[in-house]
Amino acid sequence: RTMLRVVLSRTFPRISGISNCQYSAAAIPVPSAQPEVHYNKLFINNEWQDAISKRSFPTINPATGEVICQVAEADKADVDKAVKAAREAFRFGSPWRRMDASDRGLLLSRLADAIERDTAYLAELETLDNGKPYAVSYSVDVPMVVKCLRYCAGWADKWEGKTIPIDGDFFCYTRHEPIGVCGQIIPWNFPLLMQAWKLGPALATGNTVVMKVAEQTPLTALYVASLIKEVGFPPGVVNILPGMGPSAGSAIASHMDVDKVAFTGSTEVGHLIQQASGSSNLKKVTLELGGKSPNIIMSDANMAEAVEQSHFALFFNQGQCCCAGSRTYVQDTIYDEFMERSVERAKSRVVGDPFNMKTEQGPQVDEEQFKKILGYISSGKREGAKLMCGGGVAADRGYFIQPTIFGDVQDGMTIAREEIFGPVMQILKFKTLEEVVERANDTKYGLAAAVFTKDIDKAHYISSGIRAGTVWINCYNVFGAQAPFGGYKYSGNGRELGEYGLDNYTEVKTVTIKVPQKNS
Amino acid sequence: MPVIGVENVQSAGAPSACTVGKQGNMSSEPGNCQNHQDHDPDHGDAGPAKQTMPMPVPNLEVQYTKIFIDNEWHESCSGRKMPVHNPATGDLLCEVEEADTEDVDKAVQSARAAFQLGSPWRCMDASDRGLLLNRLADLVERDRLRLATLEALDSGKIFLMAYFVDLMATVKTLRYYGGWADKIQGKTIPVDGEYFTYTRHEPIGVCGQIIPWNFPVMMFAWKVAPALCCGNTVIIKPAEQTPLTALHMACLIKEAGFPPGVVNVLPGYGPTAGSAIAHHMDIDKIAFTGSTAVGKLIQKAAGDSNLKRVTLELGGKNPNIVFADCDLEYAVEQAHSGLFFNQGQCCLAGSRVFVEDSIYEEFVCRSAEKARNKVLGNPLVPGVDQGPQIDQKQFDKILELIESGKKEGATLECGGGPWNRNSLFIQPTVFSNVTDDMRIAREEIFGPVQQIMRFRSVNEVIQRANATHYGLAAGVFTNDIDKALTVSSALQAGMVWVNCYNAMSTQCPFGGFKMSGNGRELGEYALQEYTEVKAVTIKISQKNS
Repeated sequence: RTMLRVVLSRTFPRISGISNCQYSAAAIPVPSAQPEVHYNKLFINNEWQDAISKRSFPTINPATGEVICQVAEADKADVDKAVKAAREAFRFGSPWRRMDASDRGLLLSRLADAIERDTAYLAELETLDNGKPYAVSYSVDVPMVVKCLRYCAGWADKWEGKTIPIDGDFFCYTRHEPIGVCGQIIPWNFPLLMQAWKLGPALATGNTVVMKVAEQTPLTALYVASLIKEVGFPPGVVNILPGMGPSAGSAIASHMDVDKVAFTGSTEVGHLIQQASGSSNLKKVTLELGGKSPNIIMSDANMAEAVEQSHFALFFNQGQCCCAGSRTYVQDTIYDEFMERSVERAKSRVVGDPFNMKTEQGPQVDEEQFKKILGYISSGKREGAKLMCGGGVAADRGYFIQPTIFGDVQDGMTIAREEIFGPVMQILKFKTLEEVVERANDTKYGLAAAVFTKDIDKAHYISSGIRAGTVWINCYNVFGAQAPFGGYKYSGNGRELGEYGLDNYTEVKTVTIKVPQKNS
Repeated sequence: MPVIGVENVQSAGAPSACTVGKQGNMSSEPGNCQNHQDHDPDHGDAGPAKQTMPMPVPNLEVQYTKIFIDNEWHESCSGRKMPVHNPATGDLLCEVEEADTEDVDKAVQSARAAFQLGSPWRCMDASDRGLLLNRLADLVERDRLRLATLEALDSGKIFLMAYFVDLMATVKTLRYYGGWADKIQGKTIPVDGEYFTYTRHEPIGVCGQIIPWNFPVMMFAWKVAPALCCGNTVIIKPAEQTPLTALHMACLIKEAGFPPGVVNVLPGYGPTAGSAIAHHMDIDKIAFTGSTAVGKLIQKAAGDSNLKRVTLELGGKNPNIVFADCDLEYAVEQAHSGLFFNQGQCCLAGSRVFVEDSIYEEFVCRSAEKARNKVLGNPLVPGVDQGPQIDQKQFDKILELIESGKKEGATLECGGGPWNRNSLFIQPTVFSNVTDDMRIAREEIFGPVQQIMRFRSVNEVIQRANATHYGLAAGVFTNDIDKALTVSSALQAGMVWVNCYNAMSTQCPFGGFKMSGNGRELGEYALQEYTEVKAVTIKISQKNS
């Protein structure tokens, strides 16, 4: 519960008087554990369509393993159709191209308003489809979606080109133009939030979108599609296709008429996306991939805070975070106490029905992930790490795994090198600053990192020495729509959110005009 | 923005030509007035739909007449009130509490408390400041008819203009700065040595703001929106002629949820309340829009007191240059609305129209015809193009300048006197054969009086256009890209419009060269006027690029 409070306290708007954006534990409405599913088809050109193949696939409730419903399954032919719609919406002179930027912003604001209005329903659907605790869906995921869209809405008419003092009798300026048709492929760990991260900047800058949502979690994205239509986006601006990676995803990545692809998911698939771009039309690629993020605890840190934040850093969202703090480096002098408290905290973690308000941890998203994580736990035991707690299945149905901690983990072990994407915490021991920076950087990943210390010099030494796109000091998982997010090395390419995120959806056009005579 | 409403309502003559666009059809189609007020989500994909024309609220009662301090309504410390008149009829609308030095002190204390370290306003997330500004925009949209009616009654401006131009600009400005709040970014800077340096863009503090009577509610938004988005607190004095919409805005500010003391609204006179703000030792910044003469007083007051930061948006005598190769009918129309919009009461007014020799006679003839066709009358009635001037003082000043024009030898093409006895209306007036040395070519008239001059060459017109101590705006009409670029880069003015006039938008900075002012409003540039930059430098043990 403490963790939840930490998450919540970050999310609470502090203004009284803004009634429809207040979230507090007390205000969370009692959820329906069986929300009705309204949309299960492909969303193309603001219309609901069956797959051309007529195929569908089941989406599963990971808490029970039961089928929620069948969803239309997009394939290459549907991608072609969606790309045509998106291309038409983007053509020269279309309503979308002629719209004032401020009106694009207004549409995104309206979308945020509509999502905020339907917070409870969307949170129920997210929990049903993904398994994350409802209290978190309601208080974290949906409010962050709303904030992200509002933030991007504001940028629409502030994304300014420059006029440039070039040599000679010329007048030179830049226009920040949309790239065109953007393919976006999003993962299942934060279905709504990843959709907002992708749509917000793409639409604020005036692109059109063909989005493939993860086959495990298509439902909330489709409901948001209905809101996109409701608030008045022109047809074809956003197209949403549930489907599988090797078919629909691959068709997007290889498409000759998609101008840009943005992918969030595994590093393995990230390679495929980049390859597909190279083999097709050299579409622009941004990638947000895996991580094995170091979380460094110095001996002078506030112990209680460090334990709680490190717990949250790894176990949040069932451990299914690309930025999970999955290598917890603890300085030797406090190692034993930190370990003891962390184990105590993990043991008290409430695992169970995600619709129960007391639940901190729900099921993993599907059987494949579930088995993969259990495989990593076995490898940890086999390779000699010390299992401090957990280590097994947590329920007799659904994909629940016990909160697990390994101690005495060595840098060479599989669990210290590979992304587990589950509730499995690795605690490693270190002695010196120099040593820990070197070890922390000894990975192909570079997504996030954290350091806990009261010493300002150590904080700066580590934060500037770590090769990672995000560094948190005395905190973890602090996200703001205002701050960029993305990875060094194999963790990705480009940045999402913040002003930086707009770059990835913009072509810069330099216009140069001959003038008779320069005047400074 | 303004230009859309201005063109269409005026050129169409009958306001029913305006189509009100719905959410589903937001592309700006020339010829349509845009109205995004209706956001019924159920009709998101419906096509364009016609709506009935907005009508003024009948028998509108004035609700707010007191001083707004600390989110509460106060009577003036002196017990004095001031009368507020309807300039179209001369009727007394109401009496409003009159703020003076003591009230300013009270407001400053409240604004200072709201700004103190650890206050709710200082601890608030920037995105939440943005949300509050967006909520305020929502409330203005809700009360749009009421505010437009109040504005028309209080200032004499055409109701439909107030509704489509002033109120839309108000909403857009609030939303625009709502978006900026969490995008005012400092930098981290690669300084030499073993240091880490970053900048914070912090609010300046308590801002005094003094606004004019020509666009009362829009100027209110132009001033408070950037100040609040940057996190300042505000003491704003609306003009004594037009305090009513500002007081209604005060009520909406409270309703939106701004903490007490963040915005304080004090109706009052310049020499008393305005001067008290300008001289105050605990006001950190002052922003003034009004005459150049008063602008000088404000700057002096800052020098005499605490060196408060000063931004000024002052007068203009703006050149509008029409080349022979332009689209003549369009240029006549734009030059006409560029001068006559808002009864000529615009600092931006294109009050020196320079027309190239070969088209001069034709241009003058068409301009006079356009002016003669203007419909004067009750600003609340559809079809009326021009209302009264704001007050007797302005009225007298304009007539005096018209007389000087006649005396100094300009040719009166039309108008030239009052309209409708015992009222504040002035006939749309056009002077031709105006020479640069005449008073009507040098002084800001701020009324419906158009001066048309003749020129022969590009270099000549640039020189003449710049021969003024003002430098607010300018227009150029030509189809020749070289002339357009040469003239627009040579003119000494804060805004240059090419083949358009009064084309303003909230994204675009606004302000003057020379004696037309100091600093810029609107756009990203305005944020600089409401922030202090703090550079923080931290010693570190070892640099790493």
